[in-house]
Order: sequence, then C-alpha cells, then structure tokens
Amino acid sequence: MHAVDGLSLSVGRKEVVGIVGESGSGKSVSMYSMLGLLREANVSVTGSVKFEGRELLGLADREMRVLRGRDIGMIFQDPMTALTPVYKVGWQIAEQIRAHQDVTKAQARQRAIELLGEVGIPEPHRRVDQFPHEFSGGMRQRVVIAMALSCNPKLLIADEPTTALDVTTQAQILELMGKLQDTYDSSIVLITHDMGVISEIADRVVVMYAGRPAEIGDRRAVIRTPQHPYTWGLLGAVPRVETKRSRLATIPGTPVSPLNVPTGCAFAPRCEHRFEKCDERPTLRGDGHLDACWLTIEQKVHLRAGAVETGGHA
Amino acid sequence: MGVFILRRFVSAILVMFSISILVFLIFFATPGVDPAARIAGRSATPQVVAQVKHEFGLDRPLPIRYGLMMDHLFIKQDLSSYVNVGYKVIPQIEAAAPVTLSLVLGAAVIWLIVGVAGGVIAAANRGKFIDPLIMFLGIAAISVPAYWLGQVVNLITQSKLHSSIFSWVPPSGYVALSSNPGEWALHLLFPWLTLAALYAGIYARVLRAELVNALNEDYVRTARAKGLSERRILLRHALRCSLISIVSLFGLDFGSLIGGAALLTEVVFGLPGVGQLTYTALQNLDLPVIMGTVMYGAFFVVLANAVVDVAYGFLDPRVRLA
Repeated sequence: MHAVDGLSLSVGRKEVVGIVGESGSGKSVSMYSMLGLLREANVSVTGSVKFEGRELLGLADREMRVLRGRDIGMIFQDPMTALTPVYKVGWQIAEQIRAHQDVTKAQARQRAIELLGEVGIPEPHRRVDQFPHEFSGGMRQRVVIAMALSCNPKLLIADEPTTALDVTTQAQILELMGKLQDTYDSSIVLITHDMGVISEIADRVVVMYAGRPAEIGDRRAVIRTPQHPYTWGLLGAVPRVETKRSRLATIPGTPVSPLNVPTGCAFAPRCEHRFEKCDERPTLRGDGHLDACWLTIEQKVHLRAGAVETGGHA
Repeated sequence: MGVFILRRFVSAILVMFSISILVFLIFFATPGVDPAARIAGRSATPQVVAQVKHEFGLDRPLPIRYGLMMDHLFIKQDLSSYVNVGYKVIPQIEAAAPVTLSLVLGAAVIWLIVGVAGGVIAAANRGKFIDPLIMFLGIAAISVPAYWLGQVVNLITQSKLHSSIFSWVPPSGYVALSSNPGEWALHLLFPWLTLAALYAGIYARVLRAELVNALNEDYVRTARAKGLSERRILLRHALRCSLISIVSLFGLDFGSLIGGAALLTEVVFGLPGVGQLTYTALQNLDLPVIMGTVMYGAFFVVLANAVVDVAYGFLDPRVRLA
C-alpha cells in the first residue's frame, strides 16, 4: 500500500508551510519517513529528500542522527507521552544539547534553564529539576518546544502541536511558535487537521488527501480562493462567528483507506462534482497555486460560489 | 523521598504485625482443633499436652495467648520443638537462614545479569536470528524443573564426569562464608546456576516484551528525533522505563525464595536451608517449627516488598507522590 504518494514539497528559509488533511491522510507519515523515524522493516521510502542541497534518503543512520535534533527539530502531537517519564525535564533538554554540542553538563543545564524561560515557563530555575508529570499539558508542550529549539534548528517540524491541548493553550502555543520563529529564523512545517491553525501562522498550505497532495498554494490564495472540492469541504467545516448557521458543514463519507485508493482521483467517491474525467488520476496543475482537480477554472469559480454559500457539502 | 521511605517501612511493620496475628489465629484459634495436642506432636503423653497447655497459656484468653506466643518467638526465643525434644526453633532458623540467603542472593545476581542481558540483546536484535534463539533458551530454562535440572547437574558433576573435567566440584553440602569464602562459592556454584536458570529465562522474556513495548512509545520517538544513538535510546530510555516491572517481579521472587521457596534446590543439593527445615517440620507435623518458619518467610516477603517499593521510588518519580 501507499501511505503517501506523489507528494512534492519545498520549504524556503523562514517559511511556514502548513500541511493539512484529515486523519490518515499521510501528513505525519510523510514527515517521519523523511527523517528516518519510521523504523518498521517493511517500510520503503522512495523519491528524494533534500536538506540544504544534501540528499537525506539513504543517508546512514549515524549521519541522519546528527541532523535530527541539531538542524531539524521536531514537536509532537501529544505532550503527555512525548517526554520520558523518569527523567527531569532539564536533564532531557540537556541530553539533546550534549548529543550535538561539545559543552559541559553545567553549560547544557544553564542553556536548558534559558530555553525554559524563553518558551514562557515561569520560574525556570525551579522547574528545570521537575519531572514531566509535574507539568500541565500546555507546559509540557512548551518543554517539548524548548527541547526542539535547543540546538537552534534550521527546520522545525511540528506534528499537530496543538491538537491535544485545550483552546486557550492552543492559541498560546501558536503565538509562541510564531514568536520563536522570528527569534530563531527557523523554517517550520506545521502538520495539522485544523484549517483555523493554518490560517493563523502558515505562509503556504499543502492540502493532503489519501496520501496525495490535493492543493498547494499561498495561505491567502488557498483560503480565499480554494480550488479543490476537498479544500472547500475543509473550509466549510471551520466554525465562523459571523454567519448564522445551525449546523457545521461536513464532508460526506469517510476518508478512503490507503489499502484501497481509487485509480482515479482519490477524492472522487466523496466528491459531489465528479464527472467521467475523474476516473483518471489528476495531476497537480496551476501556476503557483496548484491543485489536483479536473474541473476547469471557470467551473470551479462557479461551483465554489455555490459551495461556499451553502457551506460546502451540506 | 525520606518521608516516602519512612512511610513505606512503617506500613511494612504494620503488615508484619497483622501477619503475626493471622498466623497465630490459624494455629491457635482454628475451631475444632486442639492446639495443645498439635504442638505436642502425634504420640504425646497427657503430661506433655498439659505442659504445652500451661506453657502457651492455652487456658487463658486469646490476647494473652498471643502475647505469650510472641514472647516465646521473639523475646525469650525459647520456643522449642516437641517432636525433636530439646531442639529450639529460633536457633534452628538462625542456622538455616544464612544457607538460604547465600543460595538465593548468589542465584539472584546471576539471574539478574543473565536475564537483563538476554532481554536487552533480544530486544535490540528483533527479527534477527539471535532474538528467537534467546527466547527459545529462555522457554527451555523455564520448562526444566529445578529438581530435575539439579539431579542431572549432580549426576554429571558428581558422578559421570567427576573423574575428568568436573574433578574440582566438591561434594554437595554447605560451607559457611565466614569459614572459607572460596569453598563457600565452590559449593554453591551449581546450586546457584540451577536456581538461576528458571528466573533468568522468565526475566529475559519479560524484559524483552517490556522493551519492545517501550520502543514503540512516544518518548522513544522523541528520543530519536533528538538525534540520540539507538544504543542510548535502548539503554537510557527504554530499559530504564522497563526496569520498573523487572524490579517488581524481582521483589516477589526474591522474597518468596528467601522465605523457603528454594526448597527443591536445597533438597537436591543437600543444603540445610530454611526450605529444607520447613519441609522436615511439615513431614513431622512439628508445629512450633512450622510457625517459626512461616513467620520468618512472611518477614522476608514483606521486607523484600518494602525494599522493592523504595526502589520503585528511585526508578519512577511518579510513585513518590502516591
């Protein structure tokens, strides 16, 4: 089976790219596979991954390890389980620093305290010696972010960093990531299923469906003039304050299983605008703002007006 | 942490106290049983039964009887056997305890080293040839009963090959550590290995399963994302978290072995330990000795569990709060 198929993506310096899609659309898998974090023996990754011009696929684990944590930092979805429960948070941050930099234990610890302060943890001098279970979910996610930033990574991959958090904490974490991106000049790949999060901080958006990219473009373009019927559905599912609608729009049906992706357009079985051409697999087309849909521009403009009016597929 | 340890040991003492009451009630207040006749043994004369009645205060209320019993057991330490007249219980246990302790401690060191190493090597080489090999050896060691393994070891080292490669093996028996450390170790070497085989097998299998679970945890993915080496991830993160279940297993096994569960190994190798003492006492229905060894066994089980809980506190910070 293909969990991810035909995804091509580039991230510029200081750019924030958002990857959005439903559960199981291959958002996380694509990032994990690039970094060699998929360890199962029967996983194969083909294609090319370049970081600063250097090919990552096929790199020996030892060389990959140097990049992971130093040049590429990662933030995970569930901060409750992402930290080793038996070690103090300061120790865990220092462990990463010492894995990549030639510093003493005391220096690494000092840096850990600074980082904890930077990510907005009060009293970092005291908190550095506490265990993960002594932190709340939002605070733990701050610890994970501090850890990811500890070696000034050039690229930060955030895998649904706010999904497991409550709404107020989500906003704080997003704000923090935006602020840190300015300070550290990092590029960010943000994986999420929440269009609201994307509209907060992404520069560019990749919409994925069934392991394939459905639409790629600037945030403004994708959100204002979405081209793919799937994106229409996703946008229709974001609650809005100004419209008085009793029910939130949903996309009918469930995501296709990666074991059973249709030969044509993967979204066709759930798409109400499908026609004969959809039995053929669409390629990404467009100029700057790409999408994988066979409808013509004119048709899209026409249909979208209706779709956005009624809130996607009711 | 200090408070945690203190609290744990206070509760251990309370548990000991409850056990002593329970044991006392089983022996002295089971309805329809005359404790005096039981203590006096099978073919006791009426005079002896009367003497027992007086000595244990069997004509007085229960709390006083309990006090007298504890007095005999722990303060005067003069509880004596009526089956082998003249033998005092406490000195017998005191003589047997070092034998059992030597046997179990030595075996524990061996099975912990072998079991943990086996589990780690198997988990690190999942899917390769060595993993199922270690797991097969583990299940083989678990399947072989100690009395059979011990007999085979004896047969080989004492008889079949005694004239050639095993000529250095001393005859079975026990030499005290204080009298000759070298002989002590030499006499105990094969008993250690025999007793350790079963537990090494269990521990290797349990630890491998725990490690494989731990390696699928989110924190291991984080550790990989941090750029740590696989070796460090396995030993510092996965193993450290998996040790918690090994320690609890160890507490149970160690306590019960010290308490007399090493009986088969002791009998096969002719070691006069607590297990053998209990075994003989049971055969003769020597109630005072049985009661003494039961108390002794309970003491070590409770102590081992208290020590394990404290070790938990060191291994897992989350336990300290509870």
